[in-house]
Amino acid sequence: MSLWLTLAVNSIALGGLLFLLSSGFSLIFGLMRIPNLMHGSFFMLGAYLGVTLLARGVNFWVAALVSTAALALIGGLIERVLLRRLAGDPLPQVLLTLGGAFIVADLCLLLWTGDPWQPGTPEHLRGVVQVAGLYFPLFRLVIVAVGLIVAIALWLLVDWTRLGAKIRAGVDDAAIARVVGIKVSQLFTLVFALGAALAGFGGVMGAPYLSVYPGLDFEMLPLALIVVILGGTGSLLGALVGSFLIGFLYNFGQAMFPDLAYVILFLPMLVILVLRPQGLFGKVVP
Amino acid sequence: MSHRNAQYAARALAIAVLVSLPVWIGNSYYINIASQILIWAVLALALNLLVGYAGLTSLGHASLFGIGGYAAAMMLAAGHGHALAVPVALIVTLLASAVFAVLALRATGIGFLMITLAIGQILWGIAYRWASLTNGDNGISVSSRPAPFGLSLAAAPAFYYATLLVFLLAVASMAVFVRSPFGASLVGTRDQARRMTALGYNVWLIRFLTILFSGFWSGVAGLLFIYYNQFISPQVVALTTSAEALLMVISGGSGTLLGPIVGAAIVVVMKNVVSAYIERWNLVLGVIFILIISFMPEGLVPGSVRLWRAGWQALRGKNVATARAAGAPEASR
Repeated sequence: MSLWLTLAVNSIALGGLLFLLSSGFSLIFGLMRIPNLMHGSFFMLGAYLGVTLLARGVNFWVAALVSTAALALIGGLIERVLLRRLAGDPLPQVLLTLGGAFIVADLCLLLWTGDPWQPGTPEHLRGVVQVAGLYFPLFRLVIVAVGLIVAIALWLLVDWTRLGAKIRAGVDDAAIARVVGIKVSQLFTLVFALGAALAGFGGVMGAPYLSVYPGLDFEMLPLALIVVILGGTGSLLGALVGSFLIGFLYNFGQAMFPDLAYVILFLPMLVILVLRPQGLFGKVVP
Repeated sequence: MSHRNAQYAARALAIAVLVSLPVWIGNSYYINIASQILIWAVLALALNLLVGYAGLTSLGHASLFGIGGYAAAMMLAAGHGHALAVPVALIVTLLASAVFAVLALRATGIGFLMITLAIGQILWGIAYRWASLTNGDNGISVSSRPAPFGLSLAAAPAFYYATLLVFLLAVASMAVFVRSPFGASLVGTRDQARRMTALGYNVWLIRFLTILFSGFWSGVAGLLFIYYNQFISPQVVALTTSAEALLMVISGGSGTLLGPIVGAAIVVVMKNVVSAYIERWNLVLGVIFILIISFMPEGLVPGSVRLWRAGWQALRGKNVATARAAGAPEASR
């Protein structure tokens, strides 16, 4: 009984983490249609930066904020300098971000060596919470709470603010949006930077839980991909549901079929592709 | 007419050079590199059928390259002979290609690429994590190379000739494929899928069969690769392998038969040279990707031709301008 409960808590925590990762991917890939193969690299880079700061004794939230800001800057620069020239041309975008991912992976290996880094859970988040006679590790709950807060904030931003309306207008019809005075180019840089920042933030939040090691980037990238394909491209709700689904599948798969856990992750994606290619919450694009 | 004769001459010369290569190279290290180039060229050509002619970019071709290799290595490790392992491996590859095609063809464009990427990761996950089946990270050794018709392929030149034979077969079959009516309809599905549907072509089937054909040659390349290395590990089906194959196609120039071969030669030579001096092959790979995409998006072969022509034209334009300045332009027209 307690094993299953532990698994469930871990699943929800991983779901929250996956949402941080895949919501950014959903913005970049789903909304802006940029197939960003560097997304796992952003996650890993954020985690490494966060771990380095934590090792210097920086407060956890400060470290998270600094890495997030750094990733926003890096993401914005990559969009401005490199991806901008290839707007609307997915194949070169794929190749460019793939090349970037290899570079980041190798630089991280150079800077942080091949050993895994696992920072301790920050002091003030280390305890357990007692709910209805059951004990839950606080940090896992914090991850879930942060994930939910980000989900709500993003939903409000995209669906209910002027900025969100401008972004949606820019995605739907960039030319007309420009005519009515929306600065589409700046907005896109902003969205890309936001997506990268979310991935980096996820990396810091995930570091005490997953640890950071070379290859984490290409382990996380397919997860973001699965979540977005499952939930439907461009749908934040889909990303949220997909994240928790994959979180459960990963933990329970790991416990029951350790050899095949990684493969099991992809099964719902394959089923969805065959039965409902637009994803659970995706709209059919004519 | 003379143009065509020149083409025949160039081909005959290329084949003569390839056949005589071991004689004038001699050193088995370099002969092995030549074998590697030919093996990768077969994979790049197979991938190019999809990228260049079908307009479908696969980032999971390493799975088709590796699955046949794994099948053969497992059969051999279980004590079966080459005569059984090779055909079984090819059948496994074809079946895997069919599944690959059915799933990936749920989408086109970037969706196709993302699905193939995910399929590639599944295969990698099986190879790496399902240790009881694939021996995990330790990989599987292949104890011997086959000896068709009693000819041993253990020595570098012999293996090179076997590889060359397969390579020439691959090039010939792809040349026929591309120039056939089927190849023309394939290009049609790339450029105008809806019109092809309207004309009564089964676009899905055309793409499906092309993936099978491409998968078959990828599997052949994979078999050559495991017999060359006499070893297979999850690294073979990793994303890096798919990316390298794609880099070969793109760098050489997709949609041509020569491009991927040149690309394979460039990447293999560079990999061997770079690895000899520094450990950072992935870094170099990434930088090359970005440079090519930024400056020569159409590939090195067509890109060089374009730059050369542009340079030539600029030079001629300059000459004309100086001639005009000299005051005698109209008469020469």
